[in-house]
Amino acid sequence: MKEIGLYVHIPFCRSKCLYCDFNSYECREGDSEDYVAALLRELDEYQKRYDFIYKTVFIGGGTPTVINCFLIGSILEKLSPFIMSGAEITMESNPGTVTFENLKYYRSLGINRLSIGLQAWQGELLRGLGRIHSPEDFLHVYDCARKSGFDNINTDLMFALPNQTLGMWKETLKKVAGLGMDHISCYSLILEEGTKLYELYREGRVQLPDEEADREMYWTAVEVLDSYRYGQYEISNFARKNMECRHNLIYWRNEEYLGVGAGSHSRLGNIRFWNFRDIDSYVSLIRKGKLPVEGQEELSSDVEMWETIFLSLRLNEGLDLQGFKSRYGIDFQGRYADVINRLTAQGLISIEAGRVKLTGKGKDLSNSVFIEFL
Amino acid sequence: MASDRQKHIRNFCIIAHIDHGKSTLADRLIERTGVISAREMEEQVLDNMDLERERGITIKLQSVKLDYKAQDGQDYILNLIDTPGHVDFTYEVSRSLAACEGAVLVVDATQGIEAQTLANVYLALDNNLELYPVINKIDLPSADPEFVKKEIEDVIGLDASCAALISAKEGLNIEEVLEGIVKYIPYPGGNENEPLKALIFDSYYDSYRGVIAYIRIMDGVLKPGMRMRMMANGREYDVLEVGTLKPYMNPTGILMAGEVGYVTASIKNVKDIHVGDTITDANNPCKEALPGYRKVTSMVYCGIYPADGADYGNLKDALEKLQLNDAALLFEPETSMALGFGFRCGFLGLLHMEIVQERLEREYNLDLVTTAPSVIYNITKTNGETVNVSNPANMPSPQEIEYMEEPVVNATIMSPTEYVGAIMELCQNRRGVFKDMQYMEEKRAILHYELPLNEIIYDFFDALKSRTKGYASFDYELKGYMKSELVKLDILLNSEAVDALSFIVHKDKAYARGRSIAEKLKEVIPRQMFEVPIQAAVGAKIIARETVRALRKDVLAKCYGGDITRKKKLLEKQKEGKKRMRQVGSVELPQEAFMSVLKLDD
Repeated sequence: MKEIGLYVHIPFCRSKCLYCDFNSYECREGDSEDYVAALLRELDEYQKRYDFIYKTVFIGGGTPTVINCFLIGSILEKLSPFIMSGAEITMESNPGTVTFENLKYYRSLGINRLSIGLQAWQGELLRGLGRIHSPEDFLHVYDCARKSGFDNINTDLMFALPNQTLGMWKETLKKVAGLGMDHISCYSLILEEGTKLYELYREGRVQLPDEEADREMYWTAVEVLDSYRYGQYEISNFARKNMECRHNLIYWRNEEYLGVGAGSHSRLGNIRFWNFRDIDSYVSLIRKGKLPVEGQEELSSDVEMWETIFLSLRLNEGLDLQGFKSRYGIDFQGRYADVINRLTAQGLISIEAGRVKLTGKGKDLSNSVFIEFL
Repeated sequence: MASDRQKHIRNFCIIAHIDHGKSTLADRLIERTGVISAREMEEQVLDNMDLERERGITIKLQSVKLDYKAQDGQDYILNLIDTPGHVDFTYEVSRSLAACEGAVLVVDATQGIEAQTLANVYLALDNNLELYPVINKIDLPSADPEFVKKEIEDVIGLDASCAALISAKEGLNIEEVLEGIVKYIPYPGGNENEPLKALIFDSYYDSYRGVIAYIRIMDGVLKPGMRMRMMANGREYDVLEVGTLKPYMNPTGILMAGEVGYVTASIKNVKDIHVGDTITDANNPCKEALPGYRKVTSMVYCGIYPADGADYGNLKDALEKLQLNDAALLFEPETSMALGFGFRCGFLGLLHMEIVQERLEREYNLDLVTTAPSVIYNITKTNGETVNVSNPANMPSPQEIEYMEEPVVNATIMSPTEYVGAIMELCQNRRGVFKDMQYMEEKRAILHYELPLNEIIYDFFDALKSRTKGYASFDYELKGYMKSELVKLDILLNSEAVDALSFIVHKDKAYARGRSIAEKLKEVIPRQMFEVPIQAAVGAKIIARETVRALRKDVLAKCYGGDITRKKKLLEKQKEGKKRMRQVGSVELPQEAFMSVLKLDD
């Protein structure tokens, strides 16, 4: 029996947000029954081959709450024999797509962590991103979720948005923190090629805050959330004590997980592999009795080591020198002496109590730090 | 007295402005005389380098022997000696011309006479060649052959009544050109009983046979077994093979006075053969060498460095290989603080430099960083010593300099009259001294300027083209050296001077240049972890300053759905980009930074 994390992808959305480059499709909920049937079969295939037991489950999207809630039910029903007791079971949701009844049902399925995408407190900013909900919708969902028994709730926020001021961002943080959220993620908006927002930006129809403003918002978030007793535990993640997202910690600690559904990524043993992103390819392959795997990458120990370094440096706990040595048999400080000296001198990393961590400046320039270990 | 054999030989070249159809006409002549079958005839046989074909210019000379039965019923040998069409290669052109008795002057029926046409005509006249005018492209709707004829008569003073009106592209009236060559171009003289006197007009390196010299026999005969001597350097070789060019090598056992062909003699290095040198018989030498020989001198220099330091050896090999066929290419190892190990290379001119750079990149697949081109400055030091400096890094400190001299060229610019004002302004900006202006006819003018060479090696061609909508043509030749107030402009990044970015400039232009370079560098230098001040300085005096603000943010978006692979790829790409940067002190510089000093549009 192997304890791993499980990611389940639901690639449907009512409408795609302007900045989104995730694997999601608008107005294709009609395909969701076929899709979930395929997904259940994919799970079967893995259960046949391996003896997995899931210590975390994360149902993400897309928007898992746009499809018929009983389809989610069927997934959890299939999974329940393989889920460890006390497992963290998260589902993402969007305000405007859930009702109180739905939430009670989801909770009854064993889902014990709800993530609500809010992004910003200001209606005009939300409209600018192509979000389909209002702040009021969010408040309603949050209220219903609490009433349904969800005692672990996250919300996703974004900064460096078009027309967003520092004042707006502070308001968002304070409103959300003031609600007593258990976990808050703060992501800086990244313009991705191929998104509508990218086009608008290129056409000059959208202005974005510059790097200085971005960083000011970031460090404001750290400060404001700290004052509300949210500890930062990863570059973009904040939680009340013991409420860190255990599923995401699997990624950052470079542990094993299985991803099912279109476009999902898995890491099992020393192999990373990923499914076809396109719903039709995904479904038709499974119908033919094949695994819908599009590609794979075998991790050499060097590559895996580098992954572990850059993933764990994203965490505030940093890289545990002892743990690194027992995992790879290599002395981190010996092997990277030059890099460590340089980065330390530049004020980008620090080593304390047997752990390597990014400094504040190191967080701002984390990629520049990571590539030094490549 | 010329022999009957000589009376049936014509040695000629074709001269034209670029794009007036020289190569196309050569192709037609070859085709008509059946030297090469149509199947072998790849477009433009003579321009056999890809690069030449793309640019439509001839760099490397080729020659070909054409057998032609004329309308008088007699058989003639027509030796077509190709000439490179660009000003950088003036000396080579003049040696090719010296091998001929006449030249076919090709003029475009739609364009008329251009700067290069004139430059080549003057060269031909200097070499006492008979000119036979041919007006090409008469098939084009805008062709005006009568006007062009008149222009030839007015501007060159050449009787154009005999001019052939042709379309090389369409193969129209090619026969007339062949007849004209027989009729108007004199046959060669020379005495086969005199001691051997042969002119080398080209050479190239063949990996099996060594150096192959293209020659014109002026007097005497040359055959295998003879001991030949190069008169410039006294080296002697045993002749292995002689023959004619069809255009492949065709051994004939002997070459006699008046003939054109090749000679091989196990010569290992192309540098041992100098274009313009005279070959004679070591056992029966002629009294004096042919006139006109001179050593080729480089006019323009630049540093060439491998983008990846590990390619140094490959770059060296590539330069050595190119040099086998290009004696004018000079290089010597050079070290730069900023760029590491590389070479300082000398070229005949700008085009030559570009061609070498492009060949290195294309044919040898090298990624290069080149520094701004420089010319050779003569510096007289206060202690009386004189030094030549082509690398700004070697310039003595100002206190040690008594005075400096820089090379100056005579430039000829031909343009429609409406652009004369713009051209004058440009030349003025480039420290040009106006010499003369002539009107060729109502609509065109020739301007003569004296220009410092260092003002035209950057972007003069481009600037001239953009100011004249591409209508002006330009030609130059070295005039000599002139005293000049020059200073070294240093670029400091993070307060450290970057040697590869320094250059020498006239003191009146230092300020403007320094400022525009600083601005340009600000654009191309990526933000670093710290603020990078960019300063332009003359000596200790800072004349311009810009700042690249520090990088504030370099963070990946969220790690979504466990897709670590994508994150990894992004980081790997970033690392690759960083690897391509040059670490100069604490600053990382992209390759284009080194080129930025080149591309300043002022």
